[in-house]
Amino acid sequence: MAERPEDLNLPNAVITRIIKEALPDGVNISKEARSAISRAASVFVLYATSCANNFAMKGKRKTLNAGDVLSAMEEMEFQRFVAPLKESLEVYRREQKGKKEARKDKDKKADSEEQDKSREEDNDDDDERMEEEEQNEEEEVDN
Amino acid sequence: AEMAAARLSGTENRLVSLPLSRIRVIMKSSPEVSSINQDALFLTAKATELFVQYLATYSYKHGRGKEKNALTYTDLSHTAEECETFQFLADILPKKILASKYLKMLEKEKRDGEVREDDDEGEKEEDEDKA
Repeated sequence: MAERPEDLNLPNAVITRIIKEALPDGVNISKEARSAISRAASVFVLYATSCANNFAMKGKRKTLNAGDVLSAMEEMEFQRFVAPLKESLEVYRREQKGKKEARKDKDKKADSEEQDKSREEDNDDDDERMEEEEQNEEEEVDN
Repeated sequence: AEMAAARLSGTENRLVSLPLSRIRVIMKSSPEVSSINQDALFLTAKATELFVQYLATYSYKHGRGKEKNALTYTDLSHTAEECETFQFLADILPKKILASKYLKMLEKEKRDGEVREDDDEGEKEEDEDKA
């Protein structure tokens, strides 16, 4: 998939909001400054990805995992991010788990009128859909 | 747990505001990357938010800009040049110079060159270290 130039940029509205919330009330941000920060953020993603990928390759893995990103932060001299990132990750994982449980329950309710055999087939579909999340759990074990 | 999430997110109580789909596009633009685990994607997005906050607050605090109630481009390029952690941004946040100043610099260099040539008439040594 070819990326259009704007796809490598982050949404202006979100960037502006993050900046505004970080700075004291009443501080103006010039349009130029906002645009510069947005570009810097994209460069940050590329730099972090490249760095994380080096760690994945060192571990002979083809998939970037959480540990790779955290190692990248230390390598890039953003150690200050590591603790808050770990906290956020815990919340995120719990949220994802909760969503998965909710989806399983919802599907069970929908299946309640079908026979046992078809219910098993639907569960297989569920497994395919949640492949990414299951991959997460496997990665967690590796971590 | 909800309070922790609110404290961490900082933006409308969401855990992360930057869209994961867009972050993924940028990450995948790196040719050597094969696949990205969901946790890694989330962490990259969250780290980028922390980065934006850090860059903005650092530049505002250390900016030598004349305006105290504004964050300007100059504050940012100053940070990229002075702070080691942000030096990877130096190329995309170059210092700005007024066109008139630049033209004056060029003229001055030219004039200095001409003056030096006149001085060298009687000498055989050449000064190669003209910065």
